[in-house]
Amino acid sequence: MSIILVKRALNPYICCAGMKARLNMSVNVEELFESKLAKNDIIEPKDWMPENYRKHLIRQISQHAHSEIVGMLPEGNWITRAPSLRAKLVLLAKVQDEGGHGLYLYTAAESLGTSRDEMLDALHTGKAKYSSIFNYPTLTWADIGAIGWLVDGAAIMNQVMLQRTSYGPYARAMVRICKEESFHQRQGYEVMTKLSFGTPEQKEMAQDALNRWWYPTLMMFGPPDAESPNSDNAIKWRIKRETNDQLRQRFVNQTIPQIEYLGLTCPDKSLKWNEAKKGYDFSEPDWAEFKNVIHGNGPCNKERLVSRNKSHKDGEWVRAAASEFARKQNESTAA
Amino acid sequence: MADSQGPLWEVFVQKKAGQPFVHCGNLHAFDKEMALQNSRDLYTRRGEGMALWVVLSSNIVSSSPEDIGSFFEPSNDKIFRHPTFYQIPDGVGHM
Ligand SMILES: [Fe+2]
Ligand SMILES: [Fe+2]
Repeated sequence: MSIILVKRALNPYICCAGMKARLNMSVNVEELFESKLAKNDIIEPKDWMPENYRKHLIRQISQHAHSEIVGMLPEGNWITRAPSLRAKLVLLAKVQDEGGHGLYLYTAAESLGTSRDEMLDALHTGKAKYSSIFNYPTLTWADIGAIGWLVDGAAIMNQVMLQRTSYGPYARAMVRICKEESFHQRQGYEVMTKLSFGTPEQKEMAQDALNRWWYPTLMMFGPPDAESPNSDNAIKWRIKRETNDQLRQRFVNQTIPQIEYLGLTCPDKSLKWNEAKKGYDFSEPDWAEFKNVIHGNGPCNKERLVSRNKSHKDGEWVRAAASEFARKQNESTAA
Repeated sequence: MADSQGPLWEVFVQKKAGQPFVHCGNLHAFDKEMALQNSRDLYTRRGEGMALWVVLSSNIVSSSPEDIGSFFEPSNDKIFRHPTFYQIPDGVGHM
């Protein structure tokens, strides 16, 4: 027993090459992996997994983490100008949650063998992507309402599905995140309600925000299934359980009644109920614009990267001091 | 494992006194005090718990998936460890 325990005194996360080699000799690890997926079993960090599954997850989870962190910027923009103390407290709490979501996701990605430094570096040099939605500006207070209601609403739809994703640490992060998200959407809708039932100017402000955020929100689910390069594998590996188009349709079905309740108008002029499919027919967003924003040419891409880089650089001396303090503490306890 | 964010720590939270500490996630911090404070901020913002443990991830010793068979096998064939293995006459009542 004790021999086995000593042998296991390894990093609990990273499956080393030797272990993989030994595994290859005994069982067909690939078959084992496939059979786990078929049974809806969860893959854990030390389990054998195909290199492409690992790569796909690192890319998806780190992009998700970056989106949470960059997503703090457009909303952070309004913290100092929130219209009341209550609104300010709520927005602060919401933006703090998003920072937390980023942290859960970064460590989930790290369990696959990448490091925080590598991921942050990819974000800061513009190599890594994040959700295109955060490259649009927050021009008025109504945008804060529209983001919570629509953007968090769309994110929730995706994240609820991901609670059952096949990779354990990702699924567990999603469960925590979904618990926290429901307040995000409700606070956003509350802002929209106040404006929509307020003065004519306030209602107009709410309508203007809806007009600007509607299509960018639909883009959040990703390109149409027919043109989505990574979707097939993601479904095959049970990383995703529903396609981009399915989630987008569900979002539209859910949101239209909420727009109607506010007395606002959906900017999609050709939107209409389709009784046969029990859902709305709606116009696709401008996918050329989507590609353009993803490739760095949205209204705020440059500003977001500059802000991220500045904040990381401003924290450099804090990390250096904390690291040195920890080193000295360890020295004095060792002595 | 240590990068510019400090080493990785595992976080365990106790919901209320008397209950077991349950693993809730992990985070980076430079020292134990910072690990504890960051855990509070990251994992107990909504009354999730009243007590926390943090431990360096590198100090955790874990079993390995490849050994599921041989490592846990001894517990599978000992049905006499379960109460249902034993027959108690009906007349005795609940036991
Ligand atoms: Fe979030
Ligand atoms: Fe959110």
